[in-house]
Amino acid sequence: MAIFSPEKRIWWKQPIHGLELGWIIVVFLWGLFMFFFMIAWHFIGDQNLSTETYRIAPDKFVERVEEFAEEFQAMDENGEPIEEEGVPVVRPAAGGDVYLLARLWEFWPIIELKKGESYRFHLSSADWQHGFSLQPTNINISVHPGYEHVLSLTPTESGVFGIVCNEYCGIGHHTMTGRIRVVE
Amino acid sequence: MTTIDHSGAIAGQQPVYRSCRFTGLRVERSAELLIRANAVAAVVFLALGGLMGLMVALTRWPAVQLLPAEWFYLVLTGHGANVLLFWILFFEIAVLYFASAIILGSRIAAPKWAWLAFLLMIVGAVMANYAVLRGDSTVMFTSYPPMMASQWFYLSLILFAVGALIAVFVFFGTLVVAKAEGTYNGSVPLVTFGAITAAIIAVFTIASGAIILVPTWLWSLGLISEMDTLMYKLIWWGMGHSSQQINVSAHVSIWYAIAAMLVGAKPLSEKVSRTAFLMYIFFLQLASAHHLLAEPGLSETWKIVNTSYMMYLAVMASMIHGMTVPGAIEAAQRRNGFDRGAFEWLRKAPWGHPAFSGMFLSLVMFGFIGGISGVVLGTEQLNVLMHNTIYVPGHFHGTVVTGTTLAFMAMTYLVVPLIFQRDIIWPTLAKWQPWIFGAGAAGISMFMMGAGTLGVPRRQWDIALSDANLHYEFAPGAYLMMGMNGLSAILAATGGVIFVLIVVGSVVGGPRLDAAGAKLRFPLHDAGAQAVSHYGSEKHPKLTGTAILVTIFFISFVLYYFINWKYLSELWLFN
Ligand code: HEM
Ligand SMILES: [Cu+2]
Ligand SMILES: [Cu+2]
Repeated sequence: MAIFSPEKRIWWKQPIHGLELGWIIVVFLWGLFMFFFMIAWHFIGDQNLSTETYRIAPDKFVERVEEFAEEFQAMDENGEPIEEEGVPVVRPAAGGDVYLLARLWEFWPIIELKKGESYRFHLSSADWQHGFSLQPTNINISVHPGYEHVLSLTPTESGVFGIVCNEYCGIGHHTMTGRIRVVE
Repeated sequence: MTTIDHSGAIAGQQPVYRSCRFTGLRVERSAELLIRANAVAAVVFLALGGLMGLMVALTRWPAVQLLPAEWFYLVLTGHGANVLLFWILFFEIAVLYFASAIILGSRIAAPKWAWLAFLLMIVGAVMANYAVLRGDSTVMFTSYPPMMASQWFYLSLILFAVGALIAVFVFFGTLVVAKAEGTYNGSVPLVTFGAITAAIIAVFTIASGAIILVPTWLWSLGLISEMDTLMYKLIWWGMGHSSQQINVSAHVSIWYAIAAMLVGAKPLSEKVSRTAFLMYIFFLQLASAHHLLAEPGLSETWKIVNTSYMMYLAVMASMIHGMTVPGAIEAAQRRNGFDRGAFEWLRKAPWGHPAFSGMFLSLVMFGFIGGISGVVLGTEQLNVLMHNTIYVPGHFHGTVVTGTTLAFMAMTYLVVPLIFQRDIIWPTLAKWQPWIFGAGAAGISMFMMGAGTLGVPRRQWDIALSDANLHYEFAPGAYLMMGMNGLSAILAATGGVIFVLIVVGSVVGGPRLDAAGAKLRFPLHDAGAQAVSHYGSEKHPKLTGTAILVTIFFISFVLYYFINWKYLSELWLFN
């Protein structure tokens, strides 16, 4: 028993309004544009997140970071190691590799970079997932345990930058920070 | 069909029908009771989850910082689960029963199974709150490993999902019954069609949910030793994202339903609106990719293809509805006699009816706030600008709060009189409610987005970072934004409290509408019932106003899109 009978039974034969057709064409072209623009940015843009990734056991990665920190430990004029709040400041070779460890609850160590030089960052976690959020530039990348993410970064400004964890990582999440210094 | 009939007969329960005095629709008793039960449960969890949301927002207001850290993370986990899962899904089940049994004038296929589904969902939802409040499941609703919740947390979500799945099958069964018993002719009406797409997506979603939650549960029991973090995220978002598509299909169906019932709107063209619904099914399943743009180890090609499917067809579907819904309203209103100028149809729309104002605000804000920010956030390179900042909750409060929640609230103003047969109490307050809640929800969405562009992290107790070893100071603007977010939260919560009070008050003590001669305080359009359960396109209307509205939308979209590329180009170089 039908309450209201339909006008026509076949919906795919219904007419289309002119505005609908026009709008469909506009949004379709816009969608295509947005798709091609993502591809285009790989050619014209300088901000394409690297996808180079290796599997690595978390404790292996911790060792690597420690070796790196020892090798490139920054020294003051008296030959004493430089630290800030008890965290070593590490001065990697310009254009070289940088190892940065995320763990409950810090980013370790502090890195000092030269403006305009390109570095190969190796990011991974010793334990849970963390979020690498570089401030105030606002570069945000997920950090996983077991995956070593390698990405190139060239600082374009000098100053002191904060790293703030932005993946919830337990009760100390809001105490998890790190630091990158960029010098001229 | 016969077997279903027999089961009804064995239990000795012949379906009982009444005819709705306001719409003429045929309403079956058990369908009605099931809709009531699910709607009530939905509102209970909205009240609980909304209260938690207020506490979270007041904690994130640096000058207030209401809760201590442990409680903040705990309550945030509870907030996400109660509103995003329980409020939304209970209401969606009610919508599914409404769009099948009520709109098609049919009986519900298997009421016993539907009650079992309801029971499982209640047990799951209560158990989840128990697990969270115990304090050992503060893992956020995404529960990324290796962080582990108690077994009760995962088990509760599994039970809830099984219940929801059964309910979805009862919906499909009801469609079969309606067809077999010939309660309607031809194709199902558009609103039902939209609900079908939501239900199909729900089946996919719950399947991926099972694929990820069952092993995670076994892991929490110690039966599986290792969880791959990346694989977990990939599958988890297969559920997490597509479930959002259920919401969109459901609330778009509600837009069409309310437009039909309140101004007598018919679709401009059945073909366009239905194809747009179908596109949700075809082009959203793998869109979990846009949650993984900042993860290691996934190729650019994979990301680009899966965020956009070459041409953003799912986004296109929403943009089509965003034009056809106001278009249908404009056409109907011009037919109703409001034909002057570009916007008389809109000015003279039934703004005094909370279902209409709620629906239209939902439509506008879902597009402008939730939609545009979602596309920007989901663009391969742009994601790095705001991944996991509080921009992300800003965006999705634009979709699930100003979009879905507001649409569901609007629908409730029709469900209470038509299904509970009680009129809305406090009509003046009810008129204001969608505006108060809408303004608050728009505020929390936009201020969280603003704070996110200044780098404020999501799910974080203290942006002053006072207990951190290495200090960093966020810009003063970030503090301002988080304060404004707190104020907006108070406004939204006020709107939420008013909503709950009106609904509960009306259901318990509203004027009865089953008495002879009872009149609705917020009347329906004369041809409303016909338009909603009817099938067929509107004919050749003039749509100047809608053309202007979509042009404004498109320009905003394009501008905002390119502003973000400009920000991106100013970042450090990734080479
Ligand atoms: C009174 C209304 C509401 C207020 C004031 C509110 C406020 C908030 C705030 C401040 C956050 C925390 C952001 C963060 O720290 O990361 C949040 C998270 C969230 N909200 Fe709401 N919200 C409200 C309603 C809703 C509704 C109705 C929904 C869903 C339909 C919703 C879904 C969520 C979800 C899914 C999260 C994320 C939880 C997580 O990160 O695990 N909210 N909300
Ligand atoms: Cu962390
Ligand atoms: Cu963290």
